[in-house]
Amino acid sequence: MTNHTNTPSPLPGGPLARRTILSGALGLAGAAGLAACGSGSSGVPGQAPQTAGGAGGATGYNGPKVTLQFWNGFTGGDGPFMKKLVDQFNTEHPNIAVSMNTMQWADYYTKLPAAVTSGKGPEIGIMHVDSVPTNAARKVIQPLDDVASALKLSEADFAPVPWKAGIYNGQRYSIPLDVHPLGFFYNKSVMEKAGLDPEKPPTNADEYGAALDAMKSKGLQGHWASPFPFTGGLTVQSLIYQFGGALFSDDGSQVLWADEPGVKAMTWFQDLVKNGHSAPKIAQDADLVALENGKTAFNWNGIWTINTLGAKPGLKWGVAALPNIGGTKAAWAGSHQFVLPTLRTPDENKSTAARVFLNWISTKSIEWAKGGQVPARNSVRESPEFKALKDQAALATQIDDLHFVPPVAGIGDAMPEFDKALNLAINGGQDPAKVLGDAAGRATKILEANKKKYGG
Amino acid sequence: MSTTSGQPAPVTGRAAAAADGAVELVEEVDEPRGPGRTSGIHGSRLTPYLFLAPFLTLFTVFVLVPGLLGIWISLHNWDFLLPNKPFVGAQNYLDLFDSSSVQFESFWNSMRATGFFVLISVPFLVVLPLLLAMLLHRHFPGRTFFRAIFFAPFVLGVAVIGLMWSYLLDPSFGLVNGMLGAIGLPDDTAWTTSQPYAWISLAAVTIWWTMGFNAVIYLAGLGDIPADHYEAAELDGASSWQQLRYITIPGLRPVLVFIVITTVLASANMFGQSYLITQGGPGETTRTAIMVITDLGLTQYRMGEASAMSYVLAVFLSLVALVNFWALREKK
Repeated sequence: MTNHTNTPSPLPGGPLARRTILSGALGLAGAAGLAACGSGSSGVPGQAPQTAGGAGGATGYNGPKVTLQFWNGFTGGDGPFMKKLVDQFNTEHPNIAVSMNTMQWADYYTKLPAAVTSGKGPEIGIMHVDSVPTNAARKVIQPLDDVASALKLSEADFAPVPWKAGIYNGQRYSIPLDVHPLGFFYNKSVMEKAGLDPEKPPTNADEYGAALDAMKSKGLQGHWASPFPFTGGLTVQSLIYQFGGALFSDDGSQVLWADEPGVKAMTWFQDLVKNGHSAPKIAQDADLVALENGKTAFNWNGIWTINTLGAKPGLKWGVAALPNIGGTKAAWAGSHQFVLPTLRTPDENKSTAARVFLNWISTKSIEWAKGGQVPARNSVRESPEFKALKDQAALATQIDDLHFVPPVAGIGDAMPEFDKALNLAINGGQDPAKVLGDAAGRATKILEANKKKYGG
Repeated sequence: MSTTSGQPAPVTGRAAAAADGAVELVEEVDEPRGPGRTSGIHGSRLTPYLFLAPFLTLFTVFVLVPGLLGIWISLHNWDFLLPNKPFVGAQNYLDLFDSSSVQFESFWNSMRATGFFVLISVPFLVVLPLLLAMLLHRHFPGRTFFRAIFFAPFVLGVAVIGLMWSYLLDPSFGLVNGMLGAIGLPDDTAWTTSQPYAWISLAAVTIWWTMGFNAVIYLAGLGDIPADHYEAAELDGASSWQQLRYITIPGLRPVLVFIVITTVLASANMFGQSYLITQGGPGETTRTAIMVITDLGLTQYRMGEASAMSYVLAVFLSLVALVNFWALREKK
C-alpha cells in the first residue's frame, strides 16, 4: 500500500493492494459486539488453544542466538523508518538477529501464502487490518492470544478500534502497530487567495460549503473529486460513516452502502464536480498534485501525505481532522498489524524471540510515527514526543472515530464493486442511488459466495 | 525465425534449413541405411527424442501439466490453501453463461473489451510495421540507427511504458495536453478517463510500444525475398504497387500468418496497459479478460472460476487462430 500512497504515483497498486487498503466500517455498536464476542469465546469448549509455541517474551530472551525473518511491504517512505528500528533492535539484542525483507504489498500478499505452504515463511509479518481475517481463515497466520497474554498486552495498552480489529472468530490474530487515518489537507496559499483564514479550516458542512463557494467566486476549484479508490473511495467511505451509515452490516452478511447515508455521501461528493468545485474526469492522484500545484485547496488524503507535502519546499499547507459533513465524526483508516505466519516446524526459541521483537517495536513506535503514522500503543500516542509531531497528533485526535470493515474473511473481495460505483458516479456522472444499488447487488452475491467458501 | 525456414523460395529454403539438414546430409552419405541399423550416433532410435528432450521437458512442466491441472481446477471451487476444494463439475462453466451469476456481467464485459481492443489494435499493428519495414529495408545512411530507434520501445517493460504514458496522458497535468495547448489545440481532453479517448490512448501506446517487434520480423521476411524477383518485375514494367501486390505480399505470406496470429494473441492478452494507464476505466470499459481472470484467481482466490474463464478465453482464441490460418492459407 505504501508504495503508492506515500508517493503520488499513478500506480493503482493492483487490485489486491487496493482491496487490502480499502477498509471501512465498524460502527461503534459493532465494536462493542465484537468485544463481547472476543472475550466470550476465548474459552470455547472443544477448541484447543492453538499456541505459537513457548511462553514468555515479556522479560526478554536469553536463549541461543536465533535469526528471525521479518517480511513487510514498507517500500515507500516508511521503509527506512522501520529499517532503522530493526537495526536498533539488533544492536540492543545480541542474541536475536532480525532480517527484514521488504516487497510490494501486492507481491507480499501473494508470496506469503506460498511461502507458508512450502515451509519457508517468515517468523514475523505485517498485515493491513482488513487482510487479517482472510489470512486467518486461509491459515496463513496463526492465532496469538497467548502472545498477547505472555506479553501482558491488553486493550488498556492500545487504542480500542485497532486493538479489537485484530480478533477474528473469537481469536486474536494480530497486534496493532499503527493506524493511518484519512485527514483533511489544505493549501494555505489558495485559501488566502479566496480571502479565507488559512489557520481556520472549515470543520462542518456549512463552513465547508461557504469556503468552496468563496473559492468558486474567485475562479478556484476548491476540492478536486477523484473517481478512484485513492482518494475518492476513502473520502466517500468516510462520508458514509459521517452520515450515520456503514459499508457492511457488522456480521459482514449485508451490503449497506446503497442505503440512504451511502447515497447522501456519494451525492455530496458528486456535487463537487457538478457544482464546479472540481475538474471533471481527473486521473489517479491528480487531486493531490492539484493541491501541490495550487490548483485546488482541499484534499482528503491519508496521513502518509504529511511526508509527501513536507518534502515540497515553499508549499504552505496544513492538516486537520476531517470536517464533519454528515453529522457524526468519522474517518476511514487503515492499520498495520503484526502477525505471526504459520510455521511448519514451530521453534520455541524463535517464538519467544519474535515476541520480544514485536513488543519492543510496539513500544518504540514513536520512530515509526515520524514516517507518517499514528501509533496504536497508548503509551506512545500519549507521550510528549508524539504530541510534538503536530501534524500526526492533529490526525490522532480522530482515533476513536475511525472505521474498519467488519472482520470477515474475504470481505475485501466486495470492495472493487464499490469502486466501480464510485467511478460511474464521479467520472460518469451517473445517478448515485442506481450505481450504488447495482454495486451492492453484485457485492452481496460475492459475500454469499465467500460465506460458503470460508464456512461462514 | 521459424518463419524464414518455411520460405518456399529454393535458395533461402536451403540456406535456412542448413541446420536441420546437417543430420540428413550425413545420413545420405552414410549408405547403406538399413531399417534396423542402430550403430553410431546418428542411427540411434533415441536420437530424435534426445534432441526433443530439452524442449519437451520444458513444454511438459510449464505448458502440458499446468494446462491439464487447469482443467481439473476449473471443475472445482479451488483455493489452494483451503483444505476443502469441492468438486462442482461444469458449474463454473455454466455460471459463465448464466446471466444471474456474479461473474457473468464482468466476464462478458471484459471479453467484449478484449475483442474490441483486438479489432482496433491489430490492423494497425499488422499494416504500420509492414510500411515501416519496407522503409527501413531500403538502403540509406543511418538505416541501422533508425532500425534501432523504432525497435527501442519494445525493449521497455510494460511497467515502464505504462507509468510513463499515464504521466504523459494525465488529463490535468500531462505533457500531451500541455503540448496540444501550446499549439492552440484543446488541452482538456481526458485521455485516460473518458471514452473514446481511453481506447485511443491504449491502442496508440500499444502500437508505439510493439510496432518495432513486428517490423523486425517483416524485415527478416523482406530480406528473404530474392532481389531478382523485383528486377524481373521491373523489366516487365510492373509498378511499385504491383510489385508490392504480387511479389512482396505473397513473399511475406508465412511471415504475415505469424504476425497476424501472434499479434491477435498479444492484443487479446492485453493487461498491463489498461491496468496501469486507465485502471480498467472509465467505468469498466477497458477492463480486459486477463484483468478479470487475474483479479478473480489471484486476489479473490477463486481459482476454479478463473480457470474456467481462462479456458473459455482460450477456446475463443483458438477459433480466431484457426480462422486466421484459413484466411491466410496458400491459395493454389
